[in-house]
Amino acid sequence: MKKRSRFAEVYITLVLLLMYLPIIVVIVYSFNDTKMFHWAGFTLDWYSKLLNNMSIRTAFLNSLQLAALSSLSAAVLGTLGAVGLTGRYFKARGILENVSLIPIMIPEIILGMAYLAFFSFLRLPFGMLTMLLAHTTFCIPYIYINVKARLTDLDPSIAEAARDLGAGYVRVFFDITLPLIFPSILSGTLLAFAMSMDDVVISFFTTGAQTSTLPLQVYSMLKMGVTPEINALCTVMLGAVFFIVAIARLVRARKKTRPLL
Amino acid sequence: MKKQKLPSTHVSCQGACAARLPFILWTMVFVAIPLLYILCMSFMKKAATWGILAEFSLDSYQKLFDPVYVKVFGQSMWLAFLTTVFTLLIGYPFAYFTSKLPPKWRSLVLLLIIVPFWTNSLVRIYGWMILLRSQGVINSLLIMLGIIDSPLKLLYNFGAVLVGMVYALIPFMILSVYNSIAKLDPALVEASRDLGASRWRAFWTVTVPMTRAGIMAGCVLVFIPSVGLFFVSDLLGGAKTMLLGNLIKNELLTARNWPMGAALSIVMMTMTMIVIGIYKKVSGEKSLEGIV
Repeated sequence: MKKRSRFAEVYITLVLLLMYLPIIVVIVYSFNDTKMFHWAGFTLDWYSKLLNNMSIRTAFLNSLQLAALSSLSAAVLGTLGAVGLTGRYFKARGILENVSLIPIMIPEIILGMAYLAFFSFLRLPFGMLTMLLAHTTFCIPYIYINVKARLTDLDPSIAEAARDLGAGYVRVFFDITLPLIFPSILSGTLLAFAMSMDDVVISFFTTGAQTSTLPLQVYSMLKMGVTPEINALCTVMLGAVFFIVAIARLVRARKKTRPLL
Repeated sequence: MKKQKLPSTHVSCQGACAARLPFILWTMVFVAIPLLYILCMSFMKKAATWGILAEFSLDSYQKLFDPVYVKVFGQSMWLAFLTTVFTLLIGYPFAYFTSKLPPKWRSLVLLLIIVPFWTNSLVRIYGWMILLRSQGVINSLLIMLGIIDSPLKLLYNFGAVLVGMVYALIPFMILSVYNSIAKLDPALVEASRDLGASRWRAFWTVTVPMTRAGIMAGCVLVFIPSVGLFFVSDLLGGAKTMLLGNLIKNELLTARNWPMGAALSIVMMTMTMIVIGIYKKVSGEKSLEGIV
């Protein structure tokens, strides 16, 4: 029994090490004082270069703006859709639901290709607007699924009681449904935000010559060749993610202990 | 109970219909219509200079049987298959062992699996580029240890793409397998052990079949994206490893043959639907939400 669990521990550690190996390498190389691959001493040069790199800064701000706008619009559309569809039956409901989930079911490249064709057919100027439309579309399912799962768990008699007491549909939504489903909206929106921030494929096909996002910028830099600024950029991005995750954990831990206090 | 619902839907439909209207419109305009549009486009002709000719033709579909395309197709499928197999072989034991850890460690391990997943996927692929390069970490280490004299060619081949794919997609496999193992009632395994089954036998006849839904979901989640992630093969495979995703990208941006790109997309989508259909049939799951 003991031997077995030891093997399990070793296996888990080994896989985790392999998973983090590339990440650790990137972090270590971001402090390396040479463009080559040997270790030449500690430096923060790449970080200052990164700070002064305007194209990365613009790309980052674009990404942030795009992710925020698309996840928020998706939150509104997806929540309304889930509330309007869950527990209600009409003929096309199943088909509609399946079609709405297609964006995250099929390989991203198909959606990218479809938008490239569709938007040029509509003669929309490629850039922020087209990316926003595309990102909103693939963000909606994350919120829809989350909210729907919560709605099916809810006791319908709560909303019915409010209706019986004379509340209108809008009032029931804002006073009863929305507070109850809010955590799922939030987690869906966060997931959508992360997906939008990370997206390479769909942005690649819907962006214009003028607008770049952070992943697109990284992609083109990687294709061009070695620039250690990327290492620094990657380290900063990793740090940001760890920071956000740590805060989320802290908030959650505090919430859990609240009843005790 | 159900009968009570019927009259109320009529009254509340005003609200519900208003609520779902934007969602339905968005789905129609930005999902259904673009996909139908490329379906139509795949049956058209490439214009001599730029764009498409609105003329019915099966050219693009005929061209699919061209040996060049068939080869890319085969390579793509083979890579997706291998990726799925490797993620399952590495991920299943990992999820299984993790589920047996004490709760505190378990949540830490799960967190460590999820965090890279939230970081940029390009960053993680880039880490592999540094590791595998001819003057990269692995080669330098091997030369330093005197195991090899000249650097091995680790990057820009099929193997590197496979490593990248497995690496990028394994969290999906681990998490969906873990979810179904966590749901498994340990009493079932104990019962089979009490009845005299060996550890292995209990594992193969109880645990694995009981977690089949998770395995299936994980396979779908790995297989489908691995066909289309063109940047992994772009960065790790160089120009040599051509996948379906790269092919579509090239048809659109380099060859500018949009009907061909559309036809390839339609074929890829049909394949995806088939995989999802098989999943639904085998797992008995009605909707796909379980796997997202």
